[in-house]
Amino acid sequence: MDVFKKKNSCHSSANGSTGAARKVALVGNPNVGKSVLFNALTGAYVTVSNYPGTSVEVSRGSATIDGGEYEIIDTPGMYSLLPITEEERVAREILLNESPDVVLHVLDARNLERMLTMTLQLIDAQLPVILVVNIMDEAERMGLSIDLELLREKLGIPVIGAATAKKRGLDEIRRAIASYRKGSHAVFGYSRRLEADIDSVASLIRGEYPLAKKSLALLLLQRDEEVTALVEQREGEGFPQIRERVKEKSFERRESFHLDLSMERKGIVKGLLDGVFNLPDKRVVTASERLSRLAVRPATGVPLLLVVLYFGLYKFVGDFGAGTLVDFLEGKLFEEMFNPWISGVVKGVVPWVAIQELFVGEYGVLTLGLRYAVGIILPIVATFFLFFSILEDSGYFPRLALLVDRIFKKIGLTGRAVIPMVLGFGCDTMATMVTRTLETVRERVLATLLLALAIPCSAQLGVILSLLSRAPGALLVWSLCLLLIFLVVGFAAARLVPGETPMFYMELPPMRLPQLSNVFTKTYTRMQWYFMEILPLFILASVLLWIGKLTNFFETAVETMSPAMAAIGLPKEVAVAFIFGFFRRDYGAAGLYDLQTNGLLDPRQLTVAAVTLTLFIPCVAQFLVMKKERGWRVAIMIGLFVSLLAFASGWLLNQFLLVTGIL
Amino acid sequence: MKLSDKAEEILESMWIAIEEEGKGFVDLEDVGVTVDDEALKELIGHAFVELKGERIHFRPEGRVEGEKTIRRHRLAERLMMDVLNIRGDSAEIKACQFEHLLNEGVDTKVCTMLNHPTTCPHGKRIPPGECCEEARRSGDLGVVPLTELRAGEEGEIAYIQTEDSKKMQKLMAMGVLPGNRINLTQSFPSYIFRVGFSEFAIDTAMAKEIFVRK
Repeated sequence: MDVFKKKNSCHSSANGSTGAARKVALVGNPNVGKSVLFNALTGAYVTVSNYPGTSVEVSRGSATIDGGEYEIIDTPGMYSLLPITEEERVAREILLNESPDVVLHVLDARNLERMLTMTLQLIDAQLPVILVVNIMDEAERMGLSIDLELLREKLGIPVIGAATAKKRGLDEIRRAIASYRKGSHAVFGYSRRLEADIDSVASLIRGEYPLAKKSLALLLLQRDEEVTALVEQREGEGFPQIRERVKEKSFERRESFHLDLSMERKGIVKGLLDGVFNLPDKRVVTASERLSRLAVRPATGVPLLLVVLYFGLYKFVGDFGAGTLVDFLEGKLFEEMFNPWISGVVKGVVPWVAIQELFVGEYGVLTLGLRYAVGIILPIVATFFLFFSILEDSGYFPRLALLVDRIFKKIGLTGRAVIPMVLGFGCDTMATMVTRTLETVRERVLATLLLALAIPCSAQLGVILSLLSRAPGALLVWSLCLLLIFLVVGFAAARLVPGETPMFYMELPPMRLPQLSNVFTKTYTRMQWYFMEILPLFILASVLLWIGKLTNFFETAVETMSPAMAAIGLPKEVAVAFIFGFFRRDYGAAGLYDLQTNGLLDPRQLTVAAVTLTLFIPCVAQFLVMKKERGWRVAIMIGLFVSLLAFASGWLLNQFLLVTGIL
Repeated sequence: MKLSDKAEEILESMWIAIEEEGKGFVDLEDVGVTVDDEALKELIGHAFVELKGERIHFRPEGRVEGEKTIRRHRLAERLMMDVLNIRGDSAEIKACQFEHLLNEGVDTKVCTMLNHPTTCPHGKRIPPGECCEEARRSGDLGVVPLTELRAGEEGEIAYIQTEDSKKMQKLMAMGVLPGNRINLTQSFPSYIFRVGFSEFAIDTAMAKEIFVRK
């Protein structure tokens, strides 16, 4: 076909893509509504996967626009073509390696001045850019007026005003994608000196690249490692000369190359916006800004946090998820209907008792594994993820981060770590993965340790809350214990682990009402991941327990652990919960639930067991992720430390409760 | 009129002893000179000091000149420490050599660049010059770190001073660029500021690195 002979798409055939679907990449700063636009453009078939070799998620979906097939890629947020974070690196990799046919640069109309610098960079790189000026509704409400027609003229690329959250501008975006033809665009001139420097490097570059040579030269001068490696690979023999030239030029401008470049770009943007962007005479204070102020002032922010935790975690996840839903699913659906029915079916079909036991026995794959996974864990995790996604989309987390930054600094973390910590209350495994977003290795290790030790995941939390709420005071003792251990261990670890606490900086996106469809998509994706992760483990656990029971290994293990149990004042049956707990902590907690229902534990024993189990070694999945993220050495050290500390704390708490007789 | 280095040092010692330590005069041996010292003669010639037996007294003109000299010395110390980052004994020696260059006009420039400091690195007072009075009258606080702004105050970003170039790039990509207006909306528990229509939160360590002209 002739299409591939067209000059501008010469590289799109190089990567061997299937050819039929044209690629559209969404790029832009975080929090400008890329995901909302992505969801609006794509249909139901969306895949979310980690970009190869990273933990950064990239969503891809397909769309039919004007009869043509398109693959839409939602890239992670990026501030500049020169990447700093892993997310930005991935976003740029997509631009470099996948050679999209259209690049939709989405930006926030209110921050046009700041974000247009990246449009400049994209145009400089001669990428096929369409500019989407999003969140126009908010900008208008603030009294800003933007002359998009004039901006289009000045930039020489399609410019579309939109408010994707309100479905405004979607048709125009689709039309622009369908009718996109790469044509002429504006060329921005830097100062004579900078242009000369760029030229002196660009003129040495010979190969074919997905980015324009001017843009490559600029990235080389900014000492971009990946681009340097790319150029080295493509240029071969010509590279040493380029390297020398770059070295020479960047030495000449060592004082302030980055700053000079930023200032020049700022100047160009100022010129572009002259007559385009008009500020209102008086600054309009919106309701979202007022809410934001309430959230960040300590006097109102702390009470607000408590309200969010009370209604969100305690009422919604605890009462509704772990109470109402679990009662219905586990109590009604499984215990009364599914289990008796499936037991009947299996016993009717399979004559051997041992095999019957495997499926529907005490530790049966269906009666125990599936019941725990679907009946107890699923509703709790689902309500938690829903709560988490709502908070995430409302823009509350960065505000929480700045509120706790001072306290977190004491335990060697920055406010940034609040996101994995809160996520840990949902799933520690997922949270351990998210610790990658923290800046230093030290911070990641500290966060991993605290997640493994003192942050109970939602499933475990739900079960423990419903367990302890039956014994007055126990819940309080349990929470205080965990809080104390969290702070003491964090404080001590921050002093023992060498290194410095990094600085804290974060953009505060405007607070807004979360979009339900977006929240549901996120919750669904997380649920899917979670379920895929835990169901096999639950089934594996059931099978192992079944083998354990058949071979009596299990009773031996319980006997072996009974001295340890006795030492912390617990009946030996609790050992079962601990062995369960090794597979998944919540699985263990669910085991306690059964014990308590049978009246085997008094309030003191229950509290001690709950505290010890909460602190106990993380579930297999979390341990594996710890190993993957931090390496064997750190993972095993954390595992040993956590187990020892769990029993030591259990012992201490038991002695304390015996002496004081509180419970 | 330019005094010799030695004469300036005598004035300094006298000024410290008389103005700061409250003595009425200094003895010849306190400042380590003899009656026929050239520098002393120079000072007497300018009618800055009077010699009564073994004791040197200030004349009013000398007191003023002494104050200017000590001001130059302490400004030089600050310059060594704050800007050139030279510390310890070598800072003191360099400052002693440098102060003599801070003649009329140059001291004002250095003082303005250092944002009219009031104390030397050893905590002693720097006598204010005319430029300091002027700055105070016009309410011009000069260039200060963001931490010095009160919540609600506004300024223009003057420069960013960080050794971490990644952080610098990040800040610049977020719009924290010299010349932009910056509005501090909160200073506790973290610093929150607005540039354009975007808001950012940073900790104290970072706020110290952003310098703002009020």
